[in-house]
Amino acid sequence: MAELYQTQRAMRNIRRAALQRGVIGILDIGTSKIACLVLRFDGTGTFRETDGVGPMAGQANFKVIGAASTRSRGMRRGEIDVMAETERAIRTVVAAAQKVAGVRVDHVIACLSGGRPASYGLAGEITLESGRVHEHDVARVLAACDAPDFGRGREVLHAQPVNFAVDNRSGLGDPRDHVGNKLACDMHLLTVDGDVIGNLVQCIRRCDLELAGIASASYASARAALVEDEQELGSACIDFGGGGTGVSIFVKKHMIFADNVKIGGHLVTQDIAQGLRIPLPVAERLKTLNGGVEATGRDDRDMLDLGGDATGWDGDRRPVSRADLIGIMRPRVEEILEGVREVLDAAGFDSMPSQQIVLTGGGSQIPGLDGLAARILGPNIRCGRPLRIDGLAHQFTDPSFSSAVGLALFAAHPQDEWWDFEMPADSYPTRSLRRAYRWFRNNW
Amino acid sequence: MPDVIDHRPNRQPQPDRIKRDPAPSRLQYRLERMWLRPIWRRAVRVGVPAFLVAMTAGIWLSDEDRRAQLSDGVQHVLDKVQSREEFLVRTMVIEGVSPVVDEALRKMLPVDLPASSFDIDLTALRLQVMQLDVIESVDLRIKPGGILSAVVKEREPAVLWRHARGIEILDRTGHRVASVTSRDVRADLPLIAGEGADLAVPEALSLIDAAGPILPRVRGLVRKGERRWDLELDHGQKIMLPAEDAVIALQAAIALDRAQDLLGRDITAVDLRNPSQPALRLGIDARNTIREARGQALLGPDGKVIIPEDDKKGG
Repeated sequence: MAELYQTQRAMRNIRRAALQRGVIGILDIGTSKIACLVLRFDGTGTFRETDGVGPMAGQANFKVIGAASTRSRGMRRGEIDVMAETERAIRTVVAAAQKVAGVRVDHVIACLSGGRPASYGLAGEITLESGRVHEHDVARVLAACDAPDFGRGREVLHAQPVNFAVDNRSGLGDPRDHVGNKLACDMHLLTVDGDVIGNLVQCIRRCDLELAGIASASYASARAALVEDEQELGSACIDFGGGGTGVSIFVKKHMIFADNVKIGGHLVTQDIAQGLRIPLPVAERLKTLNGGVEATGRDDRDMLDLGGDATGWDGDRRPVSRADLIGIMRPRVEEILEGVREVLDAAGFDSMPSQQIVLTGGGSQIPGLDGLAARILGPNIRCGRPLRIDGLAHQFTDPSFSSAVGLALFAAHPQDEWWDFEMPADSYPTRSLRRAYRWFRNNW
Repeated sequence: MPDVIDHRPNRQPQPDRIKRDPAPSRLQYRLERMWLRPIWRRAVRVGVPAFLVAMTAGIWLSDEDRRAQLSDGVQHVLDKVQSREEFLVRTMVIEGVSPVVDEALRKMLPVDLPASSFDIDLTALRLQVMQLDVIESVDLRIKPGGILSAVVKEREPAVLWRHARGIEILDRTGHRVASVTSRDVRADLPLIAGEGADLAVPEALSLIDAAGPILPRVRGLVRKGERRWDLELDHGQKIMLPAEDAVIALQAAIALDRAQDLLGRDITAVDLRNPSQPALRLGIDARNTIREARGQALLGPDGKVIIPEDDKKGG
C-alpha cells in the first residue's frame, strides 16, 4: 500500500503543479470515442453576470479553452486492446484540442472505464489517545482500515473516506477537533486491474503527456450528471458507454459503489449488423439515427434506407422497417438493463433511502430508454446531461461527454482520498528527520 | 460479338479512396507541440526573420566600397533635401533694437547667409545672443520666406552705478546694461554708488521716487555696508536712512523739511538710522554759534576746538 500511496501522492503533486501553471488536459478514453478538453485555471473565476449563466455550482474557476473528440481506436470494452492504435487516437484528439486552445498541454487527467472494477467498503477504528481528533488521527484511522485481499495485480483507483464516526456519533464529514475516545471510519475502495492502468499510463506517456490524475469513468460521469441533491440524498448513475455500462452509487456526496457491466452500445451495433447483414458503420448509423426501444404502429411503415454498398451498384434495397430495427435493439438494451439491475441488486441499492436513477452516457440518448429502464430498474428515472461548465461548446454538452465533464470537475475539485492525508508516522520510521520537523511544527 | 450482352449501365469506376490515417505522425505531433511553446514561436517568428535581415545586411555591408557608396548616397540625398530652395534662409531681420546693438548683433551672429535652415542652430544662437548684457530677451525663429527673424527686447537704463572700477548703467532690476566713461553721458539718470548697490536697485529707484520735492538737491544714493542707503544732497548734506522702511523714513525727513525748512539750515546730516530717534548733526557755524553763546571755545573748520594763543603759551 505504501507504494500506491507514493504514486497517488506524486500524481496529486503533478496535478497541483499543473493547476499552478494554469493549463490541464482532460482525456476521456472511451471505447467508442475519445474526448479531450483543455482547461484553463485562472483562479479568480471568469464568471460574468452578463453571460446569463449562474455561478455554475462553484465551478467557475476554470474554463474550457479547447475541446475535441474523435473516434476511438484500439479500444475494447473500456480497455486498451492495441496500444499503437490507441496512442494514435490520443495523438489525434490531443493535437486537435491543442489547436483549438492554442496552448500546449503537458498534464492530463484520464479516466478508465474497464479493468474489472471492484468496490470494497472498509471500516477502521482507533482509540484516541488525546481525547480529541487531530489531523494525524484521521490518517491513522484510514490506515487502520483492514484491507481485504484484492487479488493479484489489482491497483487501488479510489480510496475515499465516506463516513467518520466519533464514539457513537456517526455521519461526520470532517471529524477533526471532535472530542471523543474512539474514531471510526468507513472507506470506499475501488480496485481495478493494474495491467490496464499500466497500459493506459504507458499509452499516455508515449504521447509526451504526463498523467496528473486518474479516475474511474463511472465516478467521473456521476459527478457530472448527478445534481448536488441527488449526490447528497443517494442515487445511482448509469453511464451507457460503447464498450460497457458503468454503474456508480452516490450517497452523502460520496461514491459508495462502482461497477461495470460488460455490455455496451457496441454489442447493440453488432446485433444490428448481424441481424440485418449490413456493415458495422451502417449499423452504427442506423442505430444512432433511427434506433429506439419502444415500437409503435407507425414504425412498421417507417422504412429505412440501408444504403450499404455491399450488394451491388444500386445499394441495398431490402425493405427494413424501423420496427425491425427496434426489434433487434430492444432485447439487447433490455439485457444491458438486466445486467445493471443485477449489479444494483448486488450493491444493495434497494435498501438505499432514495431510489433515484440517472441515465447518462451516449447510450442514454436512445429514444424511449427511460421508459424501458423505468420498467426494469425502478420508477425514479431521469436522463442526465452533464453539468454546464464554462466555455464548453454546445456539441460537447450531450450525455456522452458526461465523463469528460466529470473529469474536469474532478480536476478542479477533487474529493478527499486516503492519500491526501499525511501517512501515519509509524509507517516510515526511517524518515526521522521529517518526523522531527513535524514535531517541531506541531509544538511551536 | 459475345452471346450475352450486358445491358446493365456501366458501373462508374469509383475513385480509389486513399485511406488516410487522421492521426498525426509522431514527428508531426511533436513538432506541433513544440510549435505551441511560446519561446519557439517567438524564436521562429521574430528571431529567424531578424537573423536573416541582419545577416543579409551584414554580408552586403562587409564590402568597403558598398559601405562608402551607401554613406555617399545617404549624404547626397540629405544634402539635396537640405539645400532646397524652400529651406534656404536669405535674410536676417532684427527688430526692436537701437542701431548700435543691431550692428553688434549682426556681427555676433556667425551665420553666412544664405544658409540652409537645417544648418542654423537656433538654440546655440540664442544662448550666444543672450550673452550680451543689453539684451533682455530674444525671440529667434525662422519665418517662412527664408527670413531669420530676431525680435529683441533691450534692457532699459534706469540708474548709473558708480563703483571702484568705473561707472555702469543698470536697468530696473539691477542688471548691467552698459558701461559709460563719465557721469555726464547720461545726466538724466540718477546716480547710485557703493558696494552692492546694484543688488538693491529697485529700492534705490523707489527712494528716488519718494524724494520728489528735494530731488533737485539730490546728488545720489550711497549704499552703506550693503545694508542701507545714504541720500547725498548738495552742500555736503546727507540723509542717513535705515535698512528697513527707508522710504517711510525719507518721507518723514521730507515732511520735516517742509514744515521747518530742516535742510535749509546748517545741518550736515539727518540721521534716521533709528527711526524712533532721529538725530541731527549740526554744521560748524551752528555749533560755533551755540558755543559762543555758552562762552565755550570755538571750533575750527576741522571740528577741533580752537585753543586760544594765550592759553597755548600759558600751558
